[in-house]
Amino acid sequence: MQNDDVWLVVPLFNEASVIGDVVAQCLPVFPNIVCVDDGSTDASADRAEAAGAVVVRHPVNLGQGAALQTGFDYALSDPAMRYVVTFDADGQHQVSDVEAMMDRIRSGDVEVVFGSRFLDERTEATALKRLVLRAAVSYTNLTTSTRLTDAHNGLRVLNRSVVERLDITQNRMAHASEIVAQIGAMRLDGRRVAYAEEPVHILYTDYSKAKGQSLWNSVNILAELIWR
Amino acid sequence: MNKVLIQLLLIAGTLVIAWRLLASYGQRAQALRRIGLLLLAAFAVWSILDPLVWQNLAANLGIGRGADLILYGLVVAFFGYVVTTFRRFRDMETRYTRLARRIALDETVPPTRRRVAVPAAATQPPEPTDPTDPTGLSAPTGMTDVTALTDLEAADAD
Repeated sequence: MQNDDVWLVVPLFNEASVIGDVVAQCLPVFPNIVCVDDGSTDASADRAEAAGAVVVRHPVNLGQGAALQTGFDYALSDPAMRYVVTFDADGQHQVSDVEAMMDRIRSGDVEVVFGSRFLDERTEATALKRLVLRAAVSYTNLTTSTRLTDAHNGLRVLNRSVVERLDITQNRMAHASEIVAQIGAMRLDGRRVAYAEEPVHILYTDYSKAKGQSLWNSVNILAELIWR
Repeated sequence: MNKVLIQLLLIAGTLVIAWRLLASYGQRAQALRRIGLLLLAAFAVWSILDPLVWQNLAANLGIGRGADLILYGLVVAFFGYVVTTFRRFRDMETRYTRLARRIALDETVPPTRRRVAVPAAATQPPEPTDPTDPTGLSAPTGMTDVTALTDLEAADAD
């Protein structure tokens, strides 16, 4: 199959009502999906498994960053894996966006493709949310040697050699900045990692809005970044 | 002049302690922390015997009252405590995350074996959960994965 060498890594925490559909939508295009169940208290893990994903179950809740790293470790244990896609469980990402990002990385000139909400006008976010996300990306650009327009997007495509060198230690929310920072500092055979951004459309449904992190959390993220 | 002196001392003390605790791991830092604790205890005994010791020390440093000196000392000590505790918790969290991750991965069928298993599994009726579990208490991860693994082992043996 075309995307046999791709693993979708989906951190999963209490998303039982949507995860089945999310897995079912991705599976025809991406046959390898690993959901890392981060100690959900609902039926998330069973739904994901029933829909056809591999489920790795954290025995206790560790945080989204830890779940991503577990997913990376699982994907790395597949010698045929060439690319890892990080994908959110709440249905806010589009499979078509991932396909465009895969086309980009397969063209061979970059090792990482970040999704960005701010490269086109499709994503509808409130003014305050935009402001906070812009401030966050400014901070990330300032503290890491990268230039991005959206650092806190859950949609990324990474090639194998980048995944091998990533080591996420921020268990909670600051992992997005940590991934960017590690990629910025990373050297592949003595040269920097080549990365690109692709426009993606984040679907802020009522469900994801209700579940999504409140803007207060940006204060926590900042504290976690400063105190790392 | 005296105010500047005490400010300088406090700033230097805070920075030194923060640096000591942040930048140095290992035996030396731990030994220093223990010596500091002993000194504090000795000083506490001394101040019981001679209640004016803080007052005299404060006067020499140019602080108004002995109580203020104790307060400043406590602020610095508390800051150091916060930093060490924070770091200790982070170290512990890192270790416990690695442990939990190892358990989680060990209980999952690895991708290589999964590939072998896919044709075999496809011929069997899907069994997402175990409805025959009599206790209703089975650890969902352990149970399903163990059966999945034994299925696989059977497939491998063939």
